[in-house]
Amino acid sequence: MNAASLQIEDVAKSYRNQSGELVALSSCSIEIAPEELHVIVGPSGCGKTTLLNAVAGFQGIDGGLIRLGGETLCTAERPAEPGADRVVVFQHSTLFPWRTVLDNVTYGPVIQGRRSRAEARSLARERLSQAGLAGLEDRYPAELSSGAQRRVEIVRALVNEPRVLLLDEPFRGMDQITRDLMHEALLELYDRARPTVLFITHDIEEAVFLGSRVTAMSARPGRVKATIEIDLPRPREAGLRASARFNELLADVLSLVHDEASRAFVAGDREAA
Amino acid sequence: MSRGAILRGALGILAFLALWELGARLDAPIVGVLPGPADVASSFAGLVGSGGYWESWLASGERVLWGFVAAMSVGVPFGLLLAINQRAKALLFPPFEILRPIPPLAWVPLSILFWPTQNLSIEFVIFLGAFYTVVLNVVGGAEQIDRRHVLVARSLGAGTWTVYRRVILPATLPSIATGAVVGMGITWEVVVAAELISGGGGANDGGGLGFLLWNAYQGGAIAQVIVCMISLGVAGYASSVVVRVLSERLMPWKEAR
Repeated sequence: MNAASLQIEDVAKSYRNQSGELVALSSCSIEIAPEELHVIVGPSGCGKTTLLNAVAGFQGIDGGLIRLGGETLCTAERPAEPGADRVVVFQHSTLFPWRTVLDNVTYGPVIQGRRSRAEARSLARERLSQAGLAGLEDRYPAELSSGAQRRVEIVRALVNEPRVLLLDEPFRGMDQITRDLMHEALLELYDRARPTVLFITHDIEEAVFLGSRVTAMSARPGRVKATIEIDLPRPREAGLRASARFNELLADVLSLVHDEASRAFVAGDREAA
Repeated sequence: MSRGAILRGALGILAFLALWELGARLDAPIVGVLPGPADVASSFAGLVGSGGYWESWLASGERVLWGFVAAMSVGVPFGLLLAINQRAKALLFPPFEILRPIPPLAWVPLSILFWPTQNLSIEFVIFLGAFYTVVLNVVGGAEQIDRRHVLVARSLGAGTWTVYRRVILPATLPSIATGAVVGMGITWEVVVAAELISGGGGANDGGGLGFLLWNAYQGGAIAQVIVCMISLGVAGYASSVVVRVLSERLMPWKEAR
């Protein structure tokens, strides 16, 4: 695995619209160590997706610097190009509906020319079966449950051995039971491969259960409020949610985020993605 | 389809034929001028034996095929270009939109001037008929592609060309298929009219079903006209079935739901 560190230094970004300038991010700094599962949690409009898009290379930034593995990834002058070293998993399934599960998973390695089709296929089969998805290889995504689709998508990302895996609210909109199962499935994949992960969510419980560290962000402008170390041992299992330490940490993060959310709520800001 | 549904369908067709026969015999208004289905059937039996009938099928079928293939092979890349490249769209879409409302048949005189042979002229008119529909469907489909598929492909390491070939093209396939089915329907409408106008090269030269139809009318052989009408219906239906089956083959994921 080539998990890399990710350093976000003093990043700023604003959008212009009819009502003027909207500051999405302002002097935002986060340091993520190699193999860390770092969760950014914050209310809608705190700029967390903007940050992830900048790392992914989908969007530029106005100021600051992002480093990947110590090397400059992007600055205001030089935006990053998207690349397989920073694979993104989005909120809704982006599996290619016209490819089977197996062909979805082999897509990255094959088009990058990193592996022959045969190699990629045997690797994909192995990874799919590790994720409990054996037997689904020749199905099309539309035939899968949303939970299975999500897992295939995470496997599709991990098979590229990205230097950082970017997860943009991947379990949003799932029912609580499926979501809990997805958390365990993700952690199992994480423990096996130990990639660097940047995980974005507005769900505090999700953040604490998954994260090695959790960064809470404030909205308008998007700023880092604080980063909390989640000192829960791994591997983590569902029972952890009932533990005293989990609930202490939950309360800590909650109080951080809640101040912010209620401030924005009172101010009556329109929600923005 | 259940057996009951097939039975009811057959019953409907039989009732239709019986009413037609009755109307023809009793000199009912409108229908009375026609020969009954029995006469049509015997006219068909006569035609089947003659080489000209099948040559007409072949002649029209070939024109439709080439016009359609030309419309697809020019229309799909052209539509993709318009959808992907804003500059190309700004440049090419206005003349396209000006030419589009001109009915394909209005092109017959120019088409005869453009091309050295009768066949090519007819095929060109057929091409025009299908081309606009194919292009509009491709543009519409390609513009509605889920943008996240493009983003995720790039994030997985795809370059521009790979994105076109492996994401935009397959994502547009359903719209291309719709364009193909609708376009195929138009080709049969156009081929008949084009053959009527141009004479299709004469009866002995495989004038086509449209020509055969008009020829029969001028000779007063109404039963033969009806045989041609039914033949055209069958031909049009068969070609859309072929297009639909081919497109389903190309899109196995569409059944996977």
